[in-house]
Amino acid sequence: MSTFYQLDFEKPVIELERRLTEAQAQLKAVIGGEPPAGAAPTDRPLPPEADRLSVEIKDLSTQREQTLARVYADLSPWHTVRVARHPQRPQTRDYIAMICRDFCELHGDRRHADDPAIVAGLARFGHTKVMLIGHQKGRETSEKLACHFGCAHPEGYRKALLKMKLAEKMGLPVVTLVDTPGAYPGLGAEQRGQAEAIAVNMLEMSRLKTPIVSVVIGEGGSGGALGIAVADRVGMMQYAWYTVISPEGCAAILWKEANEQTNAAAAKSLRLTAADNLELGIVDAAIPEPLGGAHRDPRKAADNLAAWVQAQIAELKSIPIDRVVQARYDRFRRLGSYIEADTVAR
Amino acid sequence: MTQTQARTWTDIRPARKAVIPEGLWLRCPGCQKMIYRRHLEANLNVCPECQHHYRISASERVKQLADPGSFVEMFAGLMPTDPLKFRDLKSYKDRLLAEQLKTGRSDAVQAGRCFIKGREAVVCCLDLTFMMGSMGSVVGEAITRSVEHATAQRLPVVVVSCSGGARMQESGLSLMQMAKTSAALGRHDDAGLLFVSVLTDPTTGGVTASFAMLGDVILAEPGALIGFAGPRVIQQTIRQELPAGFQRSEFLLKSGFVDKVVPRGQLRSEIARIIDYTAV
Repeated sequence: MSTFYQLDFEKPVIELERRLTEAQAQLKAVIGGEPPAGAAPTDRPLPPEADRLSVEIKDLSTQREQTLARVYADLSPWHTVRVARHPQRPQTRDYIAMICRDFCELHGDRRHADDPAIVAGLARFGHTKVMLIGHQKGRETSEKLACHFGCAHPEGYRKALLKMKLAEKMGLPVVTLVDTPGAYPGLGAEQRGQAEAIAVNMLEMSRLKTPIVSVVIGEGGSGGALGIAVADRVGMMQYAWYTVISPEGCAAILWKEANEQTNAAAAKSLRLTAADNLELGIVDAAIPEPLGGAHRDPRKAADNLAAWVQAQIAELKSIPIDRVVQARYDRFRRLGSYIEADTVAR
Repeated sequence: MTQTQARTWTDIRPARKAVIPEGLWLRCPGCQKMIYRRHLEANLNVCPECQHHYRISASERVKQLADPGSFVEMFAGLMPTDPLKFRDLKSYKDRLLAEQLKTGRSDAVQAGRCFIKGREAVVCCLDLTFMMGSMGSVVGEAITRSVEHATAQRLPVVVVSCSGGARMQESGLSLMQMAKTSAALGRHDDAGLLFVSVLTDPTTGGVTASFAMLGDVILAEPGALIGFAGPRVIQQTIRQELPAGFQRSEFLLKSGFVDKVVPRGQLRSEIARIIDYTAV
């Protein structure tokens, strides 16, 4: 529970958390050691001060829960985007550490370089062996810079495809974790064919003869996200976002300027939350996060994610692969909204 | 009176208005020379002086590529809707209506079957005059259906791209058109059929990052802006000047992402020539 990064709408919660930590520290000082778990009887009687503090702590905890529930119950789309970008939010490598056993990382695209913004490797996931691929944003400053804050280069997308092809050959299902503000917009990326790399990934994923399950764990920014998310099942963490452009980008173009107000308006118009995407049929499930977002309890978020992914893999593995690939084609084929007027013969 | 007589044509320089679209004459943005509109049109909307390729509409493109009278339009009944009730400074519904009235078309694509110098093909042309040729559900659906039709009929596909990218007003649904069109091209490819992608000024964003870059053969008109991110976004990211000619057709040819840069006047023959090489 870090307090250095405050989301403004979380202020009441942060204040309670600060008071809670203070009370806990006081209690510790009063009884001279760790407070007893729960109301367990102790050998020596506690000083009256400790009793008062225990009550206060209990009170503050309830208040915190209630405030948190209230704040997160009506989170606006723009606030959701901010939660999705929380620096403490679990990233691909965190999820790998929490839910995979024996992660065997594989590097490089065999063409140009190894892009750290895409992590790939063999992993054991419950009872199944999978190829796990995901965007990595980076935690420390140096890692963030190396990963370009989760913005992959063409070599990252080509690396992802190469490992997916390997999974197909080895008969492993592919699991991808999406967390990117968008593909990297830079000189080298353009020169090495960013657009081509993403396009080829989408085409090849649409016909890959092995099950693919994707989860948008944080940010699902446009083609950079879709480049590893053409899957049989696409899930989305409760407070993730997924759409065609970042709210800031959209605000800058359509509202002519990006500021707090226009960003919030764009986020609302874009319908980018998990619930919206579920309604539009773009994702198949919204995976619940612990109260107050994945950054408050990464373990719980990881458990929920793992359970959903495992259920999808189990189901997909029971279907003949040709039918899986056909269903994947149909899944994307029917997305879109249009009406069809009678064509006038000319 | 004496003053006017002394002036010659070369002395006359319009002070304002770089382009006079409705007039008989217009100033070429490429060479700054005044060009007689009918000369320009006779030259396929390419400047006779400097070969600057003007942007043209989908119907104009079809007219240039298809053998006269051979084009049969398909999927013209597809109409856009406003699935998200999208609203920025203007509502998407109003925007669509305004664009439809302006262009007389329902959306930014024209698709159909035609003959190109006697070779049959399915042709899709994006229309820059309609919301910058952006790809929403209708564009995605028309292209997907065209590709599926070509797969079923065992025909080559030619897509002429010019687009600002995926259409923001349809949000996630626009994004999904990228996967949808690419998947359809995957099946066309599985069937062993030819896809010729023609890139024209400008081809950017979600269109470049899907079908436009999936051509078995990729042709580009000279000087066209082709890229994933727009030059402004790149400049903001890297905070330095972009090299001259960056993201232009010739640059992509050099970096290996385009097969050939073809002037508009040769496009028809070049496409026919490539289709002719398929052994059917």
